[in-house]
Amino acid sequence: MSIFKGKPRARPTVRPDTRTGTTAEPQPYDKVLIARKTTRPTALDLISEIFTDFMELHGDRSFGDDRAVVGGIAMLDGRPVTVIGIQRGRNIDENVLRNFGSAHPEGYRKALRLMKQAEKFGRPVVTLINTSGAFCGVGAEERGMGEAIARNLYEMSLLRVPIVSIIIGEGGSGGAIGLAAADSVWMLSNSVYSIISPEGCASILWKDSSRARDAAAIMCITAHELLDIGVVDRVFEEHPEGAENDLPSLAREIKEALVNEVSELARMDVGALVQRRYDRFRKFGS
Amino acid sequence: MNLFKKKYVTINTDSHASASRQAVPTIPDGVWHQCGNCGRTVYKKEIGVHKVCPKCSGCFRLTALERVALTADEGSYLECDADLAGGNPLDFPGYSEKLASLREATGINDAIVCGKCTVDGFECYVGSMDPTFIMGSMGSVVGEKLTRMFENATRDGLPAVVFTVSGGARMQEGIISLMQMAKVSAAVARHSEAGLLYVTVLTDPTTGGVTASFAMLGDVILAEPGTVVGFAGRRVIESTIKQSLPDDFQTAEFVLQHGFIDAVVPREKLKATLSKLFMLHGVKRVSVADGDERPAEVAQ
Ligand SMILES: [Zn+2]
Repeated sequence: MSIFKGKPRARPTVRPDTRTGTTAEPQPYDKVLIARKTTRPTALDLISEIFTDFMELHGDRSFGDDRAVVGGIAMLDGRPVTVIGIQRGRNIDENVLRNFGSAHPEGYRKALRLMKQAEKFGRPVVTLINTSGAFCGVGAEERGMGEAIARNLYEMSLLRVPIVSIIIGEGGSGGAIGLAAADSVWMLSNSVYSIISPEGCASILWKDSSRARDAAAIMCITAHELLDIGVVDRVFEEHPEGAENDLPSLAREIKEALVNEVSELARMDVGALVQRRYDRFRKFGS
Repeated sequence: MNLFKKKYVTINTDSHASASRQAVPTIPDGVWHQCGNCGRTVYKKEIGVHKVCPKCSGCFRLTALERVALTADEGSYLECDADLAGGNPLDFPGYSEKLASLREATGINDAIVCGKCTVDGFECYVGSMDPTFIMGSMGSVVGEKLTRMFENATRDGLPAVVFTVSGGARMQEGIISLMQMAKVSAAVARHSEAGLLYVTVLTDPTTGGVTASFAMLGDVILAEPGTVVGFAGRRVIESTIKQSLPDDFQTAEFVLQHGFIDAVVPREKLKATLSKLFMLHGVKRVSVADGDERPAEVAQ
């Protein structure tokens, strides 16, 4: 059942000390803090840097329009693509509008509507993910949060157009994978992707959420750790203190990679593309 | 009752049932038992084979093998991948020890048992989760067994039934558990694309990453009365919204009312309901059970 190729992965040692020297290698929890910064580039920031002619489309055609999820059509170097992102706010007003980047079921259903629309018109899909998790609330449960994520996983596995997902901040559990069952999954180097927050893990493991730093060190949540075990396929190096410090050059690099990846995937036979996506997730724990 | 095809399976369901009580109690040993649903004290012998409270019809939790015993026709159950056992992919502290002690205590290797059997003569695959094994959480073994089951059912052109009971994805396997959600959902999709029937039976509790993947993907979704069905945990929601929630929040009856399941079915009627669904979908009936074999709910 080993998921690892070759020798066991080197693991950063747990450093209970919370001080970080400027020259020290950042620990996983330092990356968590960078990923959560309110100054971090949002999905819309990256969309405007990478794509042109973005036209936002709204609503799930069933209940409402979840502003935590943005989506629409844009041009990627001359090719129309469908772009979907989880949008966080920079300040309180924006965060109220965006529900702090935690989507309701209608957000996932809007995303699915746009993905099915992309399939109809043969457009590749790009998703940009930054969420601490799907929203935990009464309305979300009443409207079937679990069903919405499950339906996306099901439909994305069959989608007849390429899907590339990029974790650009926090990739919080089901709320993240509900938009990341993709052909290629990429991460920014200070992003994290996990099944539970380090705080949540620490409170279950040690009944002490303040030990989040220790939990982060053993959880395998950083971009490079996830690259090593094949959960992500590519990592984009960002500025050590966060992507906001080098957004234009980072966006140029992502754009170039997307242009290449999308055209390569779009050239594939549809059956082979869908089979490759099945195999991509089939390998974990097989 | 000789449930299993003798050649393949050596697990004794009775010893399994008693061993599992050491881990998480379903029905404790002894004459009396307090019902977790209505709080009343009932005679253990009154609870019966279906393990339902005689006072309130509340369903006590069943182990995976107890569930199989209530569902599969006698002598028909062929367990698949019984030996599949996982390791500790992320070297999570204490996880290897926990797995070892639970394997010892429960007699099963992980939180699901999958097999091929007949249910009232209809041939099908049945997956049955186990609440006594790390709260039925889904790690790589649960994901792999289910994926193989759906792949086999697709290959054989057979329907699939999954009895869910789970706290969600398994934290100790981290991101690998999360990947199982996509993996199993993709296998369900292929089974469905082949035109085959998938029935989920939600049992208490069904939450988290299991709700957000295969539990909600059945063509028909049934639930036992009173089952907690949700994505986020009740306490997580209460702490997010800073108010307490009504008692019926996230119950089977609540999700039925909100349109997310097809029916709430008492445990005693589940087998007959599955049989009817198979009949309505034209599933081939390979054997007709004799008088003794009729499900109790029909015989009574
Ligand atoms: Zn009772």
